[in-house]
Amino acid sequence: MLAATSHGIDGILAECGGNAMCATCHVYVDESWLGRLPAMGSEEDALLDGAAAERRPTSRLSCQIKLTPDLDGLVLRLPDRQV
Amino acid sequence: MSASITSAQATAHGGGTPPSVPHLDVDPFAIDFFENPCPAQEALREAVVYLDKWSVYGVARHAQVHAVLNDPLIFCSSRGVGLSDFRKEKPWRPPSLILEADPPAHTRTRAVLSKVLSPAMMKQIRDGFLAAAEANVDELLQRRHIDAIADLAEAYPLSVFPNAIGLRQEGREHLLAYAAVVFSAFGPPNELRQAAIERSAPHQAYVAEQCRRTNLAPGGFGACVHAFSDTGEITLKEAPLLVRSLLSAGLDTTVNGLGAAIYCLARFPDQMAKLRADPSLARNAFEEAVRFESPVQTFFRTTTREVEIDGHAIGEGEKVLMFLGAANRDPRRWDEPDRNDLTRRTSGHIGFGAGVHMCVGQARLEGEVVLAALARKAASIEINGPVKRRYNNTLRGLESLPVTIKLA
Ligand code: HEM
Ligand code: FES
Repeated sequence: MLAATSHGIDGILAECGGNAMCATCHVYVDESWLGRLPAMGSEEDALLDGAAAERRPTSRLSCQIKLTPDLDGLVLRLPDRQV
Repeated sequence: MSASITSAQATAHGGGTPPSVPHLDVDPFAIDFFENPCPAQEALREAVVYLDKWSVYGVARHAQVHAVLNDPLIFCSSRGVGLSDFRKEKPWRPPSLILEADPPAHTRTRAVLSKVLSPAMMKQIRDGFLAAAEANVDELLQRRHIDAIADLAEAYPLSVFPNAIGLRQEGREHLLAYAAVVFSAFGPPNELRQAAIERSAPHQAYVAEQCRRTNLAPGGFGACVHAFSDTGEITLKEAPLLVRSLLSAGLDTTVNGLGAAIYCLARFPDQMAKLRADPSLARNAFEEAVRFESPVQTFFRTTTREVEIDGHAIGEGEKVLMFLGAANRDPRRWDEPDRNDLTRRTSGHIGFGAGVHMCVGQARLEGEVVLAALARKAASIEINGPVKRRYNNTLRGLESLPVTIKLA
């Protein structure tokens, strides 16, 4: 999320500043990467139900994905809208 | 750009020794400051400063305010987010369980309000809020000559927010009056604060009464908060105080946010034209207005130990005044900060705060639906009379904004 907003990626709004509150940092994770991400917490799970775009099995909130060297090359797709 | 915060060596700075930062003779709670804050804010951004008038430190650069907001254990909220230090003075009202609390106590109450005001909940109320905004704007377009503050910035939130909380009809006129007291009370003991607190008793009594479970309609935000006392996430005693947080923080802030947005459209016709051409800019237009005017201008923190900000040493137990409004206009962070640009990439502004206390309510829905209705229905908004500022120690906004609003 921070990486996206500080590089000016338009498709990620992150209105709550990464507080896991707004669901405007919604992303679809490429299936080949899904298993390598840290597990989703119950808060994130509940928030994704409120996301503006369709929720899919690959949906995550990007503010809850901490980028580590292991995730170098991570492929994410942006939903059609965040609000 | 980021500011550095490091814990400092203990320095002897007992009774009255001047702290190691420039002293500035500025009173950010004086009427002339409210009328024209920009020049003084520019001076405040020069360095971390000490304001002799109220014996507080001030930070005004975006990077510094951001850093302070993100270090809640060194810059705490539990000793009050106003000038008054709760360790030294009795708070004027029982402290807020969320705003005036630190982690880990804050984490629990915050989780409850986050769930009450979740995106899923906002989705549910969205259609009703949208319809009410359209009706309000339609009515104003019939009347044409209106006061954009009373007739829209206040009327609209008053038509949706108390219902969303589940408040009874009678007594709602206390809501704005109560919030005005709360926000002036964060300021120093000047005339504004003293007068507000002296008049506060009836408003406080109203609010305390409405926060009780039996006075809140089922399905509303208020009842939702109380439901968390059934599951044990909060106690029976905590629930009414958390409802109080919604009542004090949710209405007047929104009024001033909407007022700021309409004032921007009235002053900058080129921005109004852009919004009309693309109503989907409404949400960002509201965001930009919150950056540009910063309806919540300031909050305080208290240091829990000695600390350095960008090399400026601050002792333990000192009040630090954060200038959100100045940070939102910091040229170190923003291109052309004094230009209102509703296509600006606004993310990173701190008009809603940042870090663990970042606003849980945010009013973006209300801002978006009102601006979208104006974008679709109104051709122009023109100021047609004297614009009057409203004075409050924390909130920035107008008392009156007479405009002519023309049908598209
Ligand atoms: C334009 C409108 C608004 C503005 C500018 C605004 C601004 C802010 C700011 C700057 C803070 C941070 C306080 C701090 O760091 O000490 C905050 C916190 C808070 N706001 Fe808002 N707010 C707005 C609307 C709302 C609404 C509509 C609600 C409720 C429905 C709300 C409820 C709260 C609460 C409960 C907190 C405390 C959060 C915490 O301490 O964790 N606000 N707001
Ligand atoms: S930034 Fe708001 S939920 Fe991720």
